[in-house]
Amino acid sequence: MSNGAAVAHDAHAHHPALAHHFESLDAQKEASVLGMWLFLVTEILFFGGALTAYMIYRTWYPDAFAVASSEIAILPGAINTAVLILSSLTMALAVHAAQTGERGKILVFIAITMVLGAAFLGIKAYEYHEKYVEGHIPGLGLPFRFEEEYYRPAQIFFSIYFVLTGLHALHMIIGLGIMTWMLVLTRKGVITPEYYAPIEISGLYWHFVDIVWIFLFPLLYLIGRHVHHVG
Amino acid sequence: MPTNTYLNAATTLKSWLLTRDHKRIALMYIAGITFFFGIGGFFAALIRLELVTPAGDLLTDETYNKVFTMHGVMMVFFVLIPLIPASLGNFLLPLMLGTKDVAFPKLNLLSFYVYLFGSLFTLYAIVAGGLDTGWTFYTPFSTVASTSAVVPAALGIFINGFSSILTGLNFMVTIHKMRAPGLTWFRLPLFVWALYATSLIQVLGTPVVAITIVLVAAERIFGFGLFNPAVGGDPVLFQHLFWFYSHPAVYIMILPAMGVVSEVIAGMARKQIFGYSFVAFSSLGIAIVGFLVWGHHMFVAGQSIYSALVFSVLTFIVAIPSAVKVFNWTATMYKGSISWQTPMIYVAGFIGLFAIGGLTGLFLAAMGLDIHVTDTYFIVAHFHYVMVGGAIMGYMAGIHYWWPKITGRMYNEFLGKVSAAIVFIGFNLTFFPQFIAGYAGMPRRYHAYADAYQVWNVLSSAGASILAVGFTMPLLYLAWSLKNGEIAGDNPWGAVGLEWNTTSPPPTENFHTQPIVTWDAYEYPTPVEGHVV
Amino acid sequence: MSDNHNQHHIVPLSTYYTIFLALMVGTALTWWVATIDLGAMNNVIMLTIAVTKATLVVLFFMHVKYSSKLIWLAVGGSIFFLLILIVLTLNDYMARGWYTFG
Repeated sequence: MSNGAAVAHDAHAHHPALAHHFESLDAQKEASVLGMWLFLVTEILFFGGALTAYMIYRTWYPDAFAVASSEIAILPGAINTAVLILSSLTMALAVHAAQTGERGKILVFIAITMVLGAAFLGIKAYEYHEKYVEGHIPGLGLPFRFEEEYYRPAQIFFSIYFVLTGLHALHMIIGLGIMTWMLVLTRKGVITPEYYAPIEISGLYWHFVDIVWIFLFPLLYLIGRHVHHVG
Repeated sequence: MPTNTYLNAATTLKSWLLTRDHKRIALMYIAGITFFFGIGGFFAALIRLELVTPAGDLLTDETYNKVFTMHGVMMVFFVLIPLIPASLGNFLLPLMLGTKDVAFPKLNLLSFYVYLFGSLFTLYAIVAGGLDTGWTFYTPFSTVASTSAVVPAALGIFINGFSSILTGLNFMVTIHKMRAPGLTWFRLPLFVWALYATSLIQVLGTPVVAITIVLVAAERIFGFGLFNPAVGGDPVLFQHLFWFYSHPAVYIMILPAMGVVSEVIAGMARKQIFGYSFVAFSSLGIAIVGFLVWGHHMFVAGQSIYSALVFSVLTFIVAIPSAVKVFNWTATMYKGSISWQTPMIYVAGFIGLFAIGGLTGLFLAAMGLDIHVTDTYFIVAHFHYVMVGGAIMGYMAGIHYWWPKITGRMYNEFLGKVSAAIVFIGFNLTFFPQFIAGYAGMPRRYHAYADAYQVWNVLSSAGASILAVGFTMPLLYLAWSLKNGEIAGDNPWGAVGLEWNTTSPPPTENFHTQPIVTWDAYEYPTPVEGHVV
Repeated sequence: MSDNHNQHHIVPLSTYYTIFLALMVGTALTWWVATIDLGAMNNVIMLTIAVTKATLVVLFFMHVKYSSKLIWLAVGGSIFFLLILIVLTLNDYMARGWYTFG
């Protein structure tokens, strides 16, 4: 590919996807990739703010956090971690297929990515329902059930749990929307080995959401297991 | 007038509302910002009217809470944050970079509509339901006590944040990727450096206030315990998260104004800016150090004394890059052939007022003194000197300086000078007495006060009415000049810089031929060969 | 990797599969570590694994290993500013109660 890059400048000067204010598709793609990375910078700080709150309260209430965390079943969380990592692989394979111009494969890999994303959300919904049954929802006027000693700070833990996993799930839903759009673009034949920036930057977003979960899993599910074998 | 301009390229309403031209988007922002400035100014007028007498006789205490909240929310989020980047920045950035548009024109238009939607949403929320938390939304009042429309108002601000983020992101990519051939980083106008530093804060800071708003909303809507002391939460944590954005946000307001000042001084003194790279890097310095100082808003809020000490020391450091700028500007003017036209008068006002605002900031950075004046009118006076004396004066300077480029016409120079003088006098009369009242102990955010402060408040309210005249005049003579002003020509100031090397108003694609830059910024007094494109 | 060609770098499929396996192993390892008592080291090890996993995703799935310095700067910069938020906030909480007024 690299030796063809220079040639591509002239051959595709009138590429339909080339916006009027860019010199070349290469320059346009570099701009989109940088733009997406800067967006991910904002995402890092966004989740980072909530993680700061988590960190402060965890240093304040280490025992309550450990006990409350042990109340969450590990298995669904672990399965979801695996599901997301697998979806990141299929996303990477979709970008690869876009680079090599295999349109059928792009469609298949994006579809698998979406199925995995939906599976993640399904398991998440099941977990939320479990929390509801167990009385671990710290609000909405629902009864909160927890051992007396940690009754108050456990509510902080579960509040942060729902905010972080809820925001993560929202990002997954947005991701599914983006992937649907990518399916449409690919089917319309817009995506070519010269112009696959949309797939590439959508992939960046998807991988980022995966990374958030990579941190949430140990921080929310696993912090008290070695002392409290409850779940 | 040139025949082919961005203004007459298409004239239908649709061609404006769906435009992707950064120049038209800039004009729509100017309209929006002016509208919200009017609303915020109206609430300011109510505040000043109430405070003419010591008794709380015009507004009830609850209404007064809502009025100063609305003034703050409107001015901070919908006027000062987008003030210069979204208007002048949008208009000038591609022109100064010698390119056709920003990197993502559609995103730019989206930013505008997000701004419009978010700010109108908040306006509706706080007019219909009221908001009495102050613009800072402090918990636990905002989450458990206040009965006003906290969530809708905060949601509008949250939405508006996307506009700010997307504009910053767009500008950063544009500056990195869209510079004209030959336009290296150290040939960039200082306004571009300032915009870059501003964008950096918008991208890094705004998401943190966004998550803070989400946490407040979650606590208020779902009853989650996040900052609520009833379940062991810490309201001071809210303040940490809030000020992590909202202190640097002050630099979102002032940095672009400093960029404008650098441009105007070089143009009006016809000199190479003194210490170009120091001024450029001081913008980045302010942006970065600005993230280290937020705790000075919380000296009496219950953070640890050790932490307050650290924030106090760090705050003094911000004075260094700010002072670098002021010294370099004065050094630039020294022995320059300064032409004292309207923009330059505004700039002179800026330097004086910003110096007062900045130096009183040092008072406040000193922890012991700050404890004395916390929540008094001294604080109110200090930040108005920076926000109005700094940011808005800078904006006024910029609007007057680039008006001939934006519209192709000149405003009435005499009225311009008069208005600049009126603004300067009215501003000082409004806010200087507040330093005195505040230092004497008058607390902020009350509708009634002790009789001893009345003289300062009457002076202040009198000043506010002068200030109102000063801000209304430009609205009128600038509007008048749109149809009737003298044709300005492409470069009425004889300034250098790429934006002056195209027609006024510029064509839709900005330049008739792609500029190639072979010179440094501010090559005064004699422009080198090849400047005219 | 020169700036001109980095966008066209195609990562071999075998790399993606290797990284995938490493991520799965890391997940299993985290779970295993969580169940044995290592005192304070539990957190350190789990977070080290999480950071390693995230780094692998960033470098290979997100192609940062093959990207320009500017992208590296964006990633590094965001982590730096997040650390400012965390460190200066913790700086307060760690010192609560050290001294009091009066």
